[in-house]
Amino acid sequence: MSAEDLTASIETLENEGVLHRLPPEPAPAPGEAVPKPSARRHLWIVRRLAYTVVSLLVVSILVFGATQILPGDAANAILGNQATPKALAQMRAQLGLDQPITAQYLSWITGALHGDFGTSLTLNEPVSQVLAEKVRNSGVLLLLTVIVIVPVSVLLGVYTAVKRDKLFDTATLSVLMVVSALPEFVLGIFLVVIFSTGLMHLFPATALLAADQNPLSTPNALVLPVAVLVLVSVPYLTRLIRASMIEVLDSDYVQNARLKGISERRILFRHALPNALVPPVQALAETLAYLVGGVVVVEYLFAYPGLGTALTDAVSGRDLPMVQASTLLLATVYMVVNLLADVATVYLTPKLRTATS
Amino acid sequence: MTQAEITPDTAPLAEPDLLPGETVRRSGVLRRALRLRRTQIGLVMFVLVVGVAVVGPFVAPHSPTEFVGAPFDPPSSSAWLGTDSLGRDVLSRVLHGGWTVLWMSFSAAALGLLVGIVIGMTAGFARKAVDDTIMAGTDLVLAFPSIVLVLMVVSLLGTDLWLIVLLTAASHAPRVARLSRGLTMDLRGRSFVEAAEVLGVPRLKVLFSDILPSMSLPLSVEFGLRLTWSVLLIASLSFLGFGVQAPQSDWGLIINENRTGISISPLAVLAPATLIAMLSISVSLVSEGLGRTIAGTDRTEVQ
Amino acid sequence: MTLVEVSDFQVTLDRGGRAIVDEVGFTMEAGEIVALVGESGSGKTTIGTALLGFFRSGASPASGRIVVDGQDVLAMDVAELRAARGSLISYVPQDPTTALNPALRVGEQVLEVLAAHRTDGSRAEWREEVRAIFAEVQLPSTDEFLQRFPHQLSGGQQQRVCIAASLVARPRLIVFDEPTTGLDVTTQAYVLDVVRSVCSRHDIAALYITHDLAVVAAIADRVMVAYSGHLVETGRAAELFAAPREEYTRELLEAIPDLDRPRPSAAGAVAAVDGAAPAAPVLAVKDLTARYGRKTALHGVELSVRPGHCLAVVGESGSGKTTLGRCIIGLMDSYDGAVELAGETLPRSVRRRTRRQHQELQYVFQNPYASLNPRQTIGHSLAVPLKGLGGVGGAALDSQIGDALEKVRLPRSVMHQYPGELSGGERQRVAIARALASGPKVLVCDEITSALDVSVQASIVDLLHELQVQEQLALLFVTHNLALTRWIADEVMVMRSGRVVESGPCDQVLTQPTDAYTQRLLDSTPRLAAVAG
Repeated sequence: MSAEDLTASIETLENEGVLHRLPPEPAPAPGEAVPKPSARRHLWIVRRLAYTVVSLLVVSILVFGATQILPGDAANAILGNQATPKALAQMRAQLGLDQPITAQYLSWITGALHGDFGTSLTLNEPVSQVLAEKVRNSGVLLLLTVIVIVPVSVLLGVYTAVKRDKLFDTATLSVLMVVSALPEFVLGIFLVVIFSTGLMHLFPATALLAADQNPLSTPNALVLPVAVLVLVSVPYLTRLIRASMIEVLDSDYVQNARLKGISERRILFRHALPNALVPPVQALAETLAYLVGGVVVVEYLFAYPGLGTALTDAVSGRDLPMVQASTLLLATVYMVVNLLADVATVYLTPKLRTATS
Repeated sequence: MTQAEITPDTAPLAEPDLLPGETVRRSGVLRRALRLRRTQIGLVMFVLVVGVAVVGPFVAPHSPTEFVGAPFDPPSSSAWLGTDSLGRDVLSRVLHGGWTVLWMSFSAAALGLLVGIVIGMTAGFARKAVDDTIMAGTDLVLAFPSIVLVLMVVSLLGTDLWLIVLLTAASHAPRVARLSRGLTMDLRGRSFVEAAEVLGVPRLKVLFSDILPSMSLPLSVEFGLRLTWSVLLIASLSFLGFGVQAPQSDWGLIINENRTGISISPLAVLAPATLIAMLSISVSLVSEGLGRTIAGTDRTEVQ
Repeated sequence: MTLVEVSDFQVTLDRGGRAIVDEVGFTMEAGEIVALVGESGSGKTTIGTALLGFFRSGASPASGRIVVDGQDVLAMDVAELRAARGSLISYVPQDPTTALNPALRVGEQVLEVLAAHRTDGSRAEWREEVRAIFAEVQLPSTDEFLQRFPHQLSGGQQQRVCIAASLVARPRLIVFDEPTTGLDVTTQAYVLDVVRSVCSRHDIAALYITHDLAVVAAIADRVMVAYSGHLVETGRAAELFAAPREEYTRELLEAIPDLDRPRPSAAGAVAAVDGAAPAAPVLAVKDLTARYGRKTALHGVELSVRPGHCLAVVGESGSGKTTLGRCIIGLMDSYDGAVELAGETLPRSVRRRTRRQHQELQYVFQNPYASLNPRQTIGHSLAVPLKGLGGVGGAALDSQIGDALEKVRLPRSVMHQYPGELSGGERQRVAIARALASGPKVLVCDEITSALDVSVQASIVDLLHELQVQEQLALLFVTHNLALTRWIADEVMVMRSGRVVESGPCDQVLTQPTDAYTQRLLDSTPRLAAVAG
């Protein structure tokens, strides 16, 4: 495949929304050497990386800028309404609020890059210190969820695709559709009513942790929160894998493999799966991004001390440094996950990966 | 599985790639969708829930803020579903509490769809540089999970129901924009759209008579999807306490207020939870039915 | 020795029970190449894949027997079928771009056939066999080539990989399902060569399915003609071509464009025009160079067409012929040079052109299934140029729409129908009616028959030719089919990789080409007469 074909394939995928769109690349001047495809691919990854970094910068500006539209500022918030103008001015100088806004942004972002997000207004502790533990707790929740959903949805998706339109398939699809329509907290409430009250006291209804306590030390308390996150994300992934698998099983090349006398086992594992699992990589990234949002509700419901509860608490208490830090963190997770998915897609697709003249 | 793939009896190029439902006229889709069991169930559920939300306030036995007993009283003849955490009638609060999530979800979905279509079609028709800029913009909005986006702004501007509607719409718009941009670009290269240009039809007219009508079916399915998401997001926000404020009534809020008593008085939580579940399930059943019909008709119509 | 015996074979649809293949019976000798010819809906592919015991979902064999090498294919169970497919009977698909797995290396896709059917031998030995087969179908047999993915091969190479896979386990019978339909004529000639030589060398029988009778002439010993699920005529190729017994076969033969004979009805049309003094060209293209991004699609193309004349632009894929048409109509606007209509340079983009320019220069698209808005009635589609360019309105509109339809031999009632209710040929007639509605002086036709069956193609070309004479149209006819130009064109222009390699009067270019590439195209184009030799 020529360099142009590779670029064209990537562009097509970008246009179809499979890969993230990159800004256009300036055409080389006439006579300038056209890079080789492999160089082109590395170039693409570099550009994709640069795009992520620039986007993150813009996101940080958005997050910082948004907090500037507030009437009053951090000094007001800290000292309250009764503060004298003199005390306010003093506080502003101390917080650096008398500086021009660009200087404030620069000092905030350099701090953020070094892990310093300022001081929480409600807790009076460094934001990074408060958040570090919550990030770990949320991370545990998300990681456990991903460990469960990937095999479950691959198995379910492939099996329903193979048994398409049979009873198992239609029944599974119906259940998945109903579950996927439910908000996390409604699902959570149903689970709590079933498993934590009345008949069955299997799992606790809350997942409170002591400070410094590793969530893995109370696995029982993690079951319901993880179950909710799994239930809201498995339907989407399963349906996507099923659809992708069906498309591949109906493809000409699978039919052709059957006409070559290839065994069904080999058709499934060598012909179908490698092609069918590429689209779900992107979907997994999307699911993760969705879970990052879902974590907010689930943590609140189960009183689990993670990034989500930190965010809801900070929003209720108008704790701006905390809001800034947690939204920036969540957006970063989203962008990095998408970056990884794009790179994985390119490497999993021979047409995008290979380079021959 | 299309006919052309399996019986290459047709000459090459015989069947173009079609947009979902492109070959069908809209009235036909609705009629066929209504024949599906899931659409029927969805519609019945939807009418029920909307009925409760709309008629509820007029038939509620008590005011939603009136105290009728002790906290978490069991069901009785005066409070059929018992009382809530403050001793108010759960049934009355539930009957009063559906209207907000309904109007908010519909407005957010409609607004998000409208803005998204305009942005998407502009991007689909604009020069590459403009297109790239618009798409980078949607990427930025998408970088914030919907709920985080809403929470960030709410923390700055406070909870206002219209603000939440606007923000929910803003979280829909980039997704709708991507879809309609893709559809527009696809259609723009279709022969029948090019044919209109060759016949000297003005651009705006091409847009409204050839492109927009061809997008209507996928967009109507998208509206259903957006509506489901709006219900999920708005109910969740209300559950988190960032929607309707107490002492007013709202299904999400009722769940939040009463979940401490979930083991004593599960009905106070289950009743609103069931209604929210019915609402979001019914909307997604109907849009799923519509989507299936559109996808399915491609197979039968294109012969 | 009889290898294949099909008797009283019937395939029905599961829903409704309608027979799509009925009363089919034939035999094939070992090593014999038999062609199965038919148009869309003839059931030819269903018959072909039935030899492998394969039926598309929704269709099942209802009665009859298919015996290959003494084994009843229809009676085989799943395991027996799997064992037979690829080793006893194998299959070469129509479209190699979709029939090869994009995620598997091409060597592996051939080797897996051996792995599935051989009980002895090692992968290393099989690999050597794959190498030998690749060499035999004239593909490189290097490790590097075997390690490639399908997208790294050209269309002709991909098709030869499919042939290699069908061949590698030494079957007795290969079913070729229109294997050259998507290929250019020069590539097609090459692939046909390979098919012929491997079948004769290994004494393999082949059922060659095609819609192209001219291809049959080049390859088959015997021909079977299928029409709506029945075999209407069977015979030795030479006899069948010389004296078809059935009316359908005769019509089919007549509809095939052939380099060796002009279309009977087309004769004498040009003479009438040539009697007068030659008119000035109404369409001229001057030094046109077009680019897609960095890629140059056309290099300094020049042409002119006089009123009442037809210029055919011929080329294989990638020749730039379609780009040329799109530049002229203004759908492609990144070019240098000029497109002149009656001496006046046209704005590049179709959107900048005036109403009069739209009126006088019109275009018919390649694919009639895509060029009409599926949501509008035919009447609505035809009203667009009548209202917008002709200024027709009110009661006159309906009668003019009707007239426009009658001009292309369609009943007036078609105006109330939707494109989905019409056949491909009918749709293309509507598209022509729409293009002619504004009374253009120049009509550009981009491969307008390539999506249609040959019999439909013949009627569309006849119609176009009549209209051209009637309305003194200047016609620019873009096609990949050199033989088709014989029917319609006064002049031919041959293109290759964006350049004009040769142009001149039709008779001269087709009989005494000066360019080597034109000669190669002519040699590669199958001729009915070939069967005689």
